[in-house]
Amino acid sequence: MNLPGQHPKQGARSLDPHLRRYAARTAGMTASEIRALFAVASRPEVVSLAGGMPHLAALPLDSLSAEIGDLIAQDGLVALQYGSAHGVPELREQICDVMALEGISAHPDDVVVTVGSQMGLDMVTRIFCDPGDVVLAEGPSYVGALGSFAAYQAQVVHVAMDADGLVPAALREALASVERSGRRVKFLYTIPNFHNPAGVTLAVQRRAEVLEICRAHGVLVVEDNPYGLLGFDGVTYPALRSTDPDNVVYLGSFSKTFAAGLRVGWVLAPHAVREKLVLAAESATLCPPTLNQLIVSRYLSTHDWKGQVKVYREAYRERRDAAISALEQHMPAGSTWNKPAGGFYVWLTVPEGIDTKAMLPRAVTQRVAYASGTGFYADGLGSRQLRISYCYPTPERIREGVRRLANVIKDEMELHETFGPTAARRAVPGPQTPSPDTA
Amino acid sequence: MSDRWVAVLSGGLSHEREVSLRSGRRLSAALRSAGLVVEEWDADTQLVHRLHEHRPDAVVVALHGGEGENGSVQTILEMLGVPFVGTDSRACRRAWDKPTAKAELARAGLTTPEWAVLPHATFRELGAQPVLDALVERLGLPLMLKPDQGGSALGAQVVREAAELPAAMVGCLAYGDTVLAERYVEGVEVAVAVVDGPDGPYALPPVEIVPESGVYDYTARYTAGLTDFHAPARLADKAAHAVGELAVAAHRLLGLRDVSRTDAVVAADGTVHFLEVNVSPGLTETSLLPMAVEAAGASLGEIYAGLVERAVSR
Repeated sequence: MNLPGQHPKQGARSLDPHLRRYAARTAGMTASEIRALFAVASRPEVVSLAGGMPHLAALPLDSLSAEIGDLIAQDGLVALQYGSAHGVPELREQICDVMALEGISAHPDDVVVTVGSQMGLDMVTRIFCDPGDVVLAEGPSYVGALGSFAAYQAQVVHVAMDADGLVPAALREALASVERSGRRVKFLYTIPNFHNPAGVTLAVQRRAEVLEICRAHGVLVVEDNPYGLLGFDGVTYPALRSTDPDNVVYLGSFSKTFAAGLRVGWVLAPHAVREKLVLAAESATLCPPTLNQLIVSRYLSTHDWKGQVKVYREAYRERRDAAISALEQHMPAGSTWNKPAGGFYVWLTVPEGIDTKAMLPRAVTQRVAYASGTGFYADGLGSRQLRISYCYPTPERIREGVRRLANVIKDEMELHETFGPTAARRAVPGPQTPSPDTA
Repeated sequence: MSDRWVAVLSGGLSHEREVSLRSGRRLSAALRSAGLVVEEWDADTQLVHRLHEHRPDAVVVALHGGEGENGSVQTILEMLGVPFVGTDSRACRRAWDKPTAKAELARAGLTTPEWAVLPHATFRELGAQPVLDALVERLGLPLMLKPDQGGSALGAQVVREAAELPAAMVGCLAYGDTVLAERYVEGVEVAVAVVDGPDGPYALPPVEIVPESGVYDYTARYTAGLTDFHAPARLADKAAHAVGELAVAAHRLLGLRDVSRTDAVVAADGTVHFLEVNVSPGLTETSLLPMAVEAAGASLGEIYAGLVERAVSR
């Protein structure tokens, strides 16, 4: 294999004349047959339980279009101009009001608006991680976060979860183990509410303990909370940031509560960290899109956005119920799953011996797609798990998709019965999860 | 310049949709640069309606895998009387099924690696291990496993140790119900494109494939830089002539039309082994046919524009 820095052999024609110029961090950026399969998932014949696309059909598009038209007419010269890397001041104030719903008291100056919380994650990793530094993350964890950590060549050490989220004892153990190895933990990355992909929520009684452990070890907490307002019973949980403002960097987003395509998120960070984030953001994008920030700001001030979140919650609860009842009806013995109390995802464990990554081509043939569990681990685990996203398809389509998936699993079980336990897993290189727009 | 307007079919529902979409985009651009009016259509539930409604001068099939190569789409085009570039439905069916194509060419005297066709049901009913043991005893190791139908190396794997066989079989059977197991022939891997011209089919310069990992799998095919190519292949004149002859013979014997690509390997003793043939060769940025066209000093747009004229005048 031509690694960065190597030349193609004399006389050979390489299709990439820049091959020797790439940074070492591009080594894993290759074509993947698994990722290619997701191209089929965009076809209507396929029920995609793979992508995490929000249910935008619930948005009031007519009134939004009127607002956006008015915004351009009234404030076009501002909306279409460069802005500050820090973000539009009015929006930062409104973001503080949003965060107050989860117990956070913050000053707008400490909010940095980002191009989706993914950019926030990238900025935080950029300012904290040198190559080889360790990031702790739940196992499994959000694939986009793992991608950011890999881009900065940080090493991920996973911390176990159970039905109540991150396990404090496992966190202690992971910290001790990394410290014994002489490596440096830079932060704990955690999704406390309605976890992606595991669907679980960190129990309230564990939150103080997790914060205390991190503080005792001098480890920063990066709290990623895109789903916090999407609890199906309407209950919100106290954000980690609400009780430890000096040691928690909080990532928020309007992608799940309003509109993902606007790409508006934010980071709330202690003053010194925030200053570095603003400078890092400036070098990355100059500023987040002013128009999109003003659209969000207008929406928050002119629409019943809390009512809209309630509409989303109800739509997602109906979809969650469809997924769970279909799983109960169709899944073969040996399968287990959780019942999420909010958010977008069910984490399914399939019967022993089955590799969900190797099974994906069969699923696509039978017109259903999912995200294999291996993409949510940095260490190769997750081959017996898969993520079901119930956020986008209708309840009827979800039921049909789960029925098809169950048949795929049954066929795969038969195959494994035929070949027995020696049919060890096959390594498939390259990215293994769909891009976010694959529905 | 031509004033023809053509519909390029790409996408579809096969595992190779992504590759096909890329082929379709590249081919469409090439045809436009040759002066044709081009629309890109997906092969979906609207296809028949669109064909009725718009009646293009010709259709160019840039679908890979499934309905695009097994003759299904070609049958529709034939039923509707729409001229199209590519092999007719009957010959597509023969070429699409790799064991059928191998058997036909072997009967005609072409050399192809020894093979066995193993449906999942065979393993299930006779027991996996005895069948795998018999396979290794008969063909030896290493083995090339691939789905009996399909392309882009999806599900294909070289197996060097008997212990790897069960996992490789499971991986292969995820793409279909039947495995084609072939004796793996070491040598110079080449792809030879064949195009129908006024005087019959002719071979373009062979393209030699040198994957850095040693195996020309999906990643090596579609990640620019992971495979080196030589076009024309670094073969002695005799071997270069032989691979061209093999590809033209496969094209003729299987009744292929307009364009095809034969994959072959030249063993150390100079023997040329037929591996498989493609009725809808890939046309992406990393595909082999465009490299062969370039090595021939031709342009993709001109060649396909010529094939469009052939299709229209048939």
